[in-house]
Amino acid sequence: MTPDTAGAAAERAAADDAVTCTGLAHAFGGTKAVDGLDLAVGPGEVFGLLGPNGAGKTTAIRCITTLLPVPAGMVRVFGHDPARDRMAVRRLLGYVPQQLSADAALTGRENVTLFARVFDVPRRERAARVAQALAAVDLTDAADRLAKTYSGGMIRRLELAQALVSAPRLLILDEPTIGLDPIARTGVWEHINAVRAATGMTVLVTTHYMDEADQYCDRVGLMHRGRIRALGTPAELRQGLGERRRAQGAPATDPPPTLEDVFRDVAGSGLDDTSGDFRDVRSTRRTAHRLG
Amino acid sequence: MSEAPAAPPTVSAEPAGESGIGLLVRPPRPRAGWRLLPARVAAMCAVELQKLRHDRTELYTRAVQPALWLLIFGQTFTRIRAIPTGGIPYIDFMAPGIIAQSAMFIAIFYGIQIIWERDAGVLNKLLVTPTPRSALVTGKAFAAGVKSLIQAIVVIVIAALLGVALTWNPLRLLGVAAAVILGSAFFSCLSMTIAGIVLSRDRLMGIGQAITMPLFFGSNALYPVAVMPGWLQAVSKANPLSYQVDALRGLLLGTSAHLALDFVVLVVAAALGITAASGLLGRLAR
Repeated sequence: MTPDTAGAAAERAAADDAVTCTGLAHAFGGTKAVDGLDLAVGPGEVFGLLGPNGAGKTTAIRCITTLLPVPAGMVRVFGHDPARDRMAVRRLLGYVPQQLSADAALTGRENVTLFARVFDVPRRERAARVAQALAAVDLTDAADRLAKTYSGGMIRRLELAQALVSAPRLLILDEPTIGLDPIARTGVWEHINAVRAATGMTVLVTTHYMDEADQYCDRVGLMHRGRIRALGTPAELRQGLGERRRAQGAPATDPPPTLEDVFRDVAGSGLDDTSGDFRDVRSTRRTAHRLG
Repeated sequence: MSEAPAAPPTVSAEPAGESGIGLLVRPPRPRAGWRLLPARVAAMCAVELQKLRHDRTELYTRAVQPALWLLIFGQTFTRIRAIPTGGIPYIDFMAPGIIAQSAMFIAIFYGIQIIWERDAGVLNKLLVTPTPRSALVTGKAFAAGVKSLIQAIVVIVIAALLGVALTWNPLRLLGVAAAVILGSAFFSCLSMTIAGIVLSRDRLMGIGQAITMPLFFGSNALYPVAVMPGWLQAVSKANPLSYQVDALRGLLLGTSAHLALDFVVLVVAAALGITAASGLLGRLAR
């Protein structure tokens, strides 16, 4: 799709990236949740925004998705500034929030149809489009059951179908696998990847599961206290730390560092004093389970 | 249940267009500005009807109270003849009031659903669609109206069974539907506005309980304005429920009513409600 708006040259330069954040900042009262976030997500890549609870990931996502007001110039989505043209940004987005947010009192098909309607899918292709979205996440057989009978993994896939039905160019997933069992997590990721491969859409995902990010993301940004502390492909970041450690005299027999080691390295000693150790993952999963 | 699929998804015996992913790479064309609002209203109303189709329990349980009002209160006071009704049986006089009351009771707690949707993340997801806040609130308001209308139909049937002489003129019934929907749009927006202020289900429940009875008794639903003390007449004049009841009475029973004024007040009240609730919706999205 080419931007058909008569954009200036500057607009076109920013339009090369799917998402750019320039010094993005957002504070709740005195708490700076996002504090000078710089980020560029290329078109078609799966970009993982990683960090512990309280790192500012969700707030950053809410700024990009127009849920929180941002000053002009801080965020671009395919060249559109949410501060100036909120509706244009929303038309490009598919958004799956952190909670399991399908409407339990509707069937799977009705849940997806609602989003087809609010994205102005014309009536004549609505049913076919909804069927394709449900098929893409393997929910065709369960489509006419109420969502309250779905498992957590099925609800996540249903939400994915809700986001896909409008053919977004940017899919934003906030902790998509939180509270799911390992098999369901794999299932959700495989569907994300299959859809990405088939449509070429850009995926921006937040997670605090470093192993998932390592396996499924093209590039990751490690976020801590409202800022990106390290950026690159998972392999680059791991190798970088390994080389630094060897240069500091670590024996070559040491096991190669994991992405979590990279994170501990860049976050330094500050990791444990705020809300976010990785141990919190367990309590978050409990919360997510309760919500689901 | 959460199996990991390996092969590409297979679709059941559907025509070629239903399988594959072809449609999911073409973004739909945006609707023209003026068609956006009716489309969103239709989408929200459709959801409400689908929910009612899946679970009708609420429809039945909510019919109990108006039935009791009509059966016990209505029949007793028809015998006592304590309230001047201008020559019609009291149960006929109060039937439109009970219809309006049961519709209002549904609408006044509609904000609870908004808070539930906020807690479940549904509201955020809707706010990230190309739907302006005012269109979302208008859609919700009319969805509440549709829900109330179905409730009103149930009460009208109960009233007819109890022998209330109602009109069956389709034009007048259309007017009844409009009055019920507009009134419910106002009361649901009042509820969503309060939801936007108090931000919690429990507090909204409390406030809802506290205001429904004053709104009901401070209206002409049970007795004509003429028999009220002066201060209550003033309350009734400022109460949109009175205008709704007046319109329903005029349309259903053919008594003298101020239909033009009634509908103007209901439309203005609904518009003000939508404006207020849209303004406060952002507080729920934070």
